[in-house]
Order: sequence, then structure tokens, then C-alpha cells
Amino acid sequence: MNAILLTAIWGVVLMLAGAFIRNKRTPVYLAIAGLTGILVANCIELKTGEAFFIMDVKDMLHTNSFNLTFLTVVLGCTLIFFLLSGRDFEKVGVNVSEYFALVFFVLCGISIAATFNTLLMLFIGIEIISIPLFILTGSDKRNLKSNEAALKYFLMGVFSTGIMLMGIAFIYGGNDSGSFYINHINAGAGKMLPMIAIGMVLLMVSMSFKVSAAPFHFWTPDVYDGAPAVFTSFMATIVKVGAFFAFIRLFENSFGKVQDQWQKLIVILTASTLLIGNLTAVFQQSVKRMLAYSSIAQAGFMLFALFAMNEKAKEGLILYSAAYSLATIGLFAILVKMKDYTVEGFNGLAKQQPLLALTATIFLLSLTGIPLTAGFLAKFYMLMAALQNGHHKWLVILAVLCAAISAFYYFRIIQAMYFREAANKENDSWPISASFKAMLVVTAAIIILLGIFPDILLDWIYYYI
Amino acid sequence: MDKLSAWVTFPDLLIWLPLVAGLVSFTLQKEKQVKLWSLAISVIIMVVSVTSLFYTNNHALNAAPWKWITSLGAGYTIGLDGLGRILTLLTAVAFPLIFGSTYRNTYKDSNVFYGLMLLTQAGLMGVFCTLDVLAFYFFWELALIPVYFLCSRWGGEKRIAATFKFFIYTFTGSLLMLVGIIYLYLQTAPVYDNAGTLISQHSFSISSMYALHLTGHQQNWLFWLFFIAFAIKMPVFPFHTWQPDTYEQAPAAATMVLSGVMVKMGIFAVLRWLIPVFPLATIQFEYVVIGLSVFGMLYASLIAMRQDDLKRLVAYASIAHIGLMCAAIFSITQVGMKGVMIQMFSHGINIIGMWIVVDHIEKQTGVRKISQLGGIARRAPVLTLLLVVIALANIALPLTNAFTGEFMMFSGLFKFNIWVTAAAGLSIIFAAVYTLKMIQQVFYGETNVLTDGFSEIGWREKTVLSLIVAFIFVMGVFPQPVFDLTRDTVTTILTRFK
Repeated sequence: MNAILLTAIWGVVLMLAGAFIRNKRTPVYLAIAGLTGILVANCIELKTGEAFFIMDVKDMLHTNSFNLTFLTVVLGCTLIFFLLSGRDFEKVGVNVSEYFALVFFVLCGISIAATFNTLLMLFIGIEIISIPLFILTGSDKRNLKSNEAALKYFLMGVFSTGIMLMGIAFIYGGNDSGSFYINHINAGAGKMLPMIAIGMVLLMVSMSFKVSAAPFHFWTPDVYDGAPAVFTSFMATIVKVGAFFAFIRLFENSFGKVQDQWQKLIVILTASTLLIGNLTAVFQQSVKRMLAYSSIAQAGFMLFALFAMNEKAKEGLILYSAAYSLATIGLFAILVKMKDYTVEGFNGLAKQQPLLALTATIFLLSLTGIPLTAGFLAKFYMLMAALQNGHHKWLVILAVLCAAISAFYYFRIIQAMYFREAANKENDSWPISASFKAMLVVTAAIIILLGIFPDILLDWIYYYI
Repeated sequence: MDKLSAWVTFPDLLIWLPLVAGLVSFTLQKEKQVKLWSLAISVIIMVVSVTSLFYTNNHALNAAPWKWITSLGAGYTIGLDGLGRILTLLTAVAFPLIFGSTYRNTYKDSNVFYGLMLLTQAGLMGVFCTLDVLAFYFFWELALIPVYFLCSRWGGEKRIAATFKFFIYTFTGSLLMLVGIIYLYLQTAPVYDNAGTLISQHSFSISSMYALHLTGHQQNWLFWLFFIAFAIKMPVFPFHTWQPDTYEQAPAAATMVLSGVMVKMGIFAVLRWLIPVFPLATIQFEYVVIGLSVFGMLYASLIAMRQDDLKRLVAYASIAHIGLMCAAIFSITQVGMKGVMIQMFSHGINIIGMWIVVDHIEKQTGVRKISQLGGIARRAPVLTLLLVVIALANIALPLTNAFTGEFMMFSGLFKFNIWVTAAAGLSIIFAAVYTLKMIQQVFYGETNVLTDGFSEIGWREKTVLSLIVAFIFVMGVFPQPVFDLTRDTVTTILTRFK
């Protein structure tokens, strides 16, 4: 609850600050300071179980240690994102404090979407996430690609929101309890009521849009490619895992009892997302676009949490959110510093910037799922959850084969950095600030730490129920 | 006495020494420092390993776990039984030999090269020591990553593609094994502490894996998930195609590690994790596996006979040798298993000797084509003498170490099926053909432009090769210590089939 209020307040503060502060640097510091405070406040809530402000929300929002742990991961990753890429906000345009304000509003939306207990709150949460993102995508106003991406994202976004509203209406209408509370939805025992089933499928489609699961992924590569790289980093990681969390929270609490009836749909979504994401990523020349497809491919693995829906899946989702977000944020932070976004642009990076190359390698190994990195354990927990579920074992085999395919495009960058020579030798190295390097090392260290001792994060899920 | 103290055990030292030393070597600046440091560390590790032979017992498989991921029931559990000791010894002996013989090779960024080599050693040691299947998977992959960088960075012209092929093969195999590991894990019994409270729902420890009662159907498909991973590593036909390319393109030192030690990971894993956990499936599929192995032996031998490239010849010969080991394991006989134990060690040492010679020839003449070489014996008699002994050991002549092993493996195979043995026996003849033909064409005959200026090997290579030759004879005449060392492991494995 702390996170919802404080992110909203700080967003407003930053927005107003934009009117008074002409300096471009101050909003960065304000945002980092504010987010640190919010992260601490959220940790206090996780530790004590009580928010600073006790409000009667009629149980429309519900916090427990699971979603508070998730919010800690989200806020922590955003903090690292600010520390790594906050300065790059300045390059996008002049309205730096507005960009930060919008990011805070998105965080507010994620906090609502992670704690919702009624379908209305879900809708509000998803909308608060989406609308600032439309603006952020188009923030590079003079760039045609950015404008195109924003329009595309907007049209697709409102379309899927419309589908979601329709789904909510069907469920409300088909439900004899006459309430929006997700645990009051009577999906029926054994057989689903037709109205509820239609509503559920509509909700599944709209949420698949939001998490860019195939075959609802077509907007993703263009939007991620067109948006300024700093905001792509934010959209592809924190926003995506936030939407995932809402997806899983919705289906677990409202349709968990009839999982056997919709599991097959999830199997189709998972299999197609894995295949399309991985196979298309192999053929990308631009690293930015490759990371867009990689985010689709990784979404395929995260869908396993929805497929399995057990304790291990919850742990896996938390770990996956952290591992995937940290590695991708780190990679984007490095990508923004590059002059050339193609794979060839990375040629010979190990000679020019050894530290950048080393940390990028750790991020890539984590995304591939090599042991000792958080990415491995994340995949491991997901596979374990899926096997524990017991149905459709072939899906697990398909997933590991896709993970092997993913090595093709992740290792291409490693090969470029270490084993190929740079094309032009003139500008051998360019200045990278020491604090940026230090943050990269910290991020890589967290990835390795979580890859060896996942319990330091996962134990919090069971801190209190 | 199993432990040096309450905290550090021998296997701990074997894993952590190379790991820490490898990390240290990244920070060293001068090439000379790095080389001395790695050589010294590898000798120290060898001393530790040899000492451990006297101080560890065969019941180390029940070592107390050090908690790692408590909620999963995964532990950092390490111990050394006979199989573990023979292979850690091989690893510990191989690295000083490799560092010694390639001492004169220079590398760009030598600190990184030697650092990665030592990290590989740590990964290998971990694989051979660990008694927890999740930790096993970690080490299995950790041995692969440094090798990937070694071969892609310092190898031949086509190194990047060749190494990536190797990586993708092994990575795919590992991932299939991972699915198998998770499935097995979910079948294990809950773990309780002494007070009777539940610690974790399942466990990754080797004892809980061995205690599983799987149905024949479960074993049948799990067997293949594991076997493919191990077959790629060994490699067994038809999973071998990465091997000649990688051996050809990798830098000499890395090839020695790959062929001397790393392929033994596959054989080790079959003995430790595959056969004991899936005895029913092993019996079910032994004809298939032995068939593949024997076919692979003949196939590789025939290709070796037609090879003109020295490195590829040794690579294909190695496939044939590994095929025999794999076939002997699946014959499930005591004599065959014993043969595998001794042959794993002998093959590891002998093939390093072969690579040292090949590397020397390539450095001197710049070519590896057998048809372009000739008359080296006139210029380098000592090298030729030492090579001939190693080559004879390669064809398993009596009095050499390989004879003991191959003889026992063939006896094991004979008990399994006479006709298969007869077919496999052909590979001995083929081995003689391609080895002797190679010696004849490369070392004897007239010298030519390329080999005119050939110079004798240096004292370091001489020392290493002499040690290997001495070892070949000693083990050929007196193999008993290896049998004593591994007897308990063989018995343990065979009791799974009673």
C-alpha cells in the first residue's frame, strides 16, 4: 500500500518540480532519492506487515508477503535502472522531470496491478501502466519511428483494453454474486458457465497483448524498436513483469479452480511464444530488435508460471522477474552507450571497454540460462514448476530446446565482443563514467549472488501470508 | 581419516585451489609470472591429489552436506570414492603435463588464457567430486564455459564456428539432462532433520537418487535424456560430429584438456549417474548403446585411415577408443568395468602425449598434412622414439598400459556377445593400420623442404614425454594399484544389477 501512494505522490512532485527546475540533472537525483525512499517504505511494509497509512479500501486491494516481495523486486530493479540509465533520460528530450514523473506513475500502476482484488482495480492498474507508456514511447518527438511506435502502441493498447473491459463485463454479467471481487467469481465446478468462459478468454487475450505473448505479440518489436532505448529498457522489463504478475494473480485467484479447462490454451500460448520469439530473434541484425524478440522469448518461459500455478511457480516468477529485468536493464544500459546498435557495433568491445564486455557477458549468460547466474535458477524453477504440475511434459522439452536456440543470438554478441576485431580502430575507447561502471558491476554481482543463493530473495515470499 | 580438518576436506582443496588460483591469474601482468604461477599451482594440486589417495576411504559417498539452497534440498556435498579419485588424479596429473609441455607457446593475454585453464580444472574437479546432482549440473556447465572462451579466442581460423558447434551440442544435451534431473528430483522422498522436522520436500543428493524406485517406463525415457547429454560429451556415434572440428581448431593446450580429461566427464557421468539410477533401462537398451558404440568405433577407425590431417586422425582415433569404453560399460561385467577404470586413466595420459607431438610438428613445420611430412626421425630421433612408444600404446600392444585396459574391456564385451566383440576387434586392426601408416609417412622416409629444418624437442617436452612413456610401461606391467583403488566403485555399480 505504501508503494501505491508514495509513487503517485512522488510522481506529482516530480511533475511540478519540472516547472521550477531548469537544471537537467536535479530531476535525476530527485527521482533516485524518491525511489530509494519508496523502496525502503515497501521493505518496511514487507517486514512489519503494516503500511504507513491505514485506509479502508474495502479489500479492493490486498497485500501479502508474495506481492510485496514482487513489488520489492520491481522497485529495486527500477532503482538500478535509474542508477544505470537515469542520466540517459537527458538525451531523449528536454522534459526530464516529466519522464521521471511518468515512470513513477507507471510504478503506481504496477503496484495496483500487483495487489488488485477486484476486476475494476485490475483495469485501473493496467490503464495507469499503459497511458504513461504511450507518452514515453513517443517522447522522441522529432523521430518518425518514435511517433509511429507511439501510435501503434496506443492503438493496440486501447484495443486490448477494450477487449479486457468486454471480458470484465461478461464475467460480471454471468456471475450470480453480482460483484467484481475476483475471489467471488463463481466459475462453476467442473464445467464453466458459457458467459464466464467467454469473459475469461477475452481477459486472457487482452492480458496476452499486455505481456506480448504470441500470437498477440506483433506490436512488440516495432514499439520496442521505435521507442527511445532507455524507455524500451523500462517497458521490456519492469512493465512486462508487472503485467505478468497481474495476469497470474488474476487467473490464480479467479479461475484457479478450473485450471484444467483453460490450461490447454496456455499451452498453445506458451509453445507459440517460445517458438516465435526464439526463432525470430535468431535472424535479427539490430541488437535492440533482437532484445525485443528476446523479451518475447523470455515471456514464453514466464508463461510457465501460469501453466503450472503452484508454489514453485510463484518462487520462479519472483526469481524470473529479478533475473530477467536485471540482465536486460544492464544490457540496454550498455546498448545506449553504443554508437552502433547492430551486432557488428559490438565487435571488439572487449578490447576497448573490457569491463563493459565482461558485465554484458554475464548478463547474456544469465539470459541464456547458464548456471551460477540468476537466469539459470529462474528457468530451473519454471521447469520444475511445470514438471511438478505433471501435464504436457513435452512442453518442458520444447522449452529447453528453445533455450538452446536462444544461445545462438545471445552468444552472437559475446562472439562479437571477444573474438572479432573492431572495424574502425580510430576511436578506440570512449569515456564511460566510473559510477556507471560500478553500477554495472553491482548489477552483475546481484545476478551472480541470486544465481547461487536464491533463498535470500525467495524466503521473503513466505515471511507472512 | 577423511578430512584434513573439521572444515576443509581433500575434495574441497581440489575444487577451490584451481578456482582461486585461476581468478588470481587474471590479475597477473607478466607472461612469465602467469606461466610459473599456473605450473606451480597445478603441481601443488597434483601433490594434494596424490596425497588424497592415501587419506580418503571408499565410503566417502555418504559425506555430510553443507547447506546450499535449503528450500530445495540441494547441498554442497562432496566426496571421493574410487571412481572420483582416479579421475581427480587424472585431472591433477594432466594439467602439469599440459602446462609443462606447452610452456614455450606464447599467447596474447596469457593471464586470461591460464586463468581460464585453471577455471576449467576447477569445473572438472567439481564434476568428479560432487555428490549432489544439482551441484553436478553446475560444475558440468562451469567446465564448459571457460573451454568455450579458450577455444574461440585462441584457436585456429575457423575456431569461432567450430567452438560454437561444440557449445550448442553440449548445451542442448545438458538442458535435456536438466529436465531429467528435475523429474528425478520430484520423485525423491522428503528430507527430515534429526529432530524429525521437514527440511525440504525433495532432495538432490546422490543417496536419494540411488534410493529411487522408478518404473521401467519412467526409466526408459529418462535414460535417453541423460544418455544423450553424456553421449555428446564422450562422444559416441552419432553425437560425435562436433569433436574432430573442435580438436582441429582449438589451441593445443585446450585440445589436450578436452580429449584427455573432459571426454572422461561423459564416461564418469554414465558410471556415476546413469547406470546406477536407471538399471532397468540400462539392461533394456544395452544392445542399442553397444551397437552405437561399436558402429562408431568402426566408422571412426575407417575415417581415421583415410585422414590426411594429423589432428583429425588423432581425433577420430579418440572416438574409437571412447566407443570401446562406452561399450564395455554397458556390457555390465566386472572385468569390463575394471578395464574401463584403468583405460580412462591411461587414455587420458596417452592422448596428451600424442597431442604434444602433433603440436610440436605443427609448430615446427606449419602443416598438419601427413602427405606433406616425412623423415622427421632423421632430425628428431628422441621425439620419434618417444612417439613410437605412445603410438604403440595407442594400438594397445602388450606391455603398454592400454593393453591391460583394452584386453579387459574386450573380455567384458566377449561375455556379453561374441559377434559384437569380433566386430569391435576389427578396430584394433584398423588402429594398427592408421597409426603405423602415420608413423611411416611422417617420421620415416626422406626429408623434404618442410621437414629439413626440423629441430629436436626441448627439454621440457622431453621430460613430459619421458614421464608419459615411463607411465605407459609401469601401468602396463603393474596395473594393480588402479584396480585396488576402484574395486569398491565397480562392486557398488554391479550390485545395482543384482
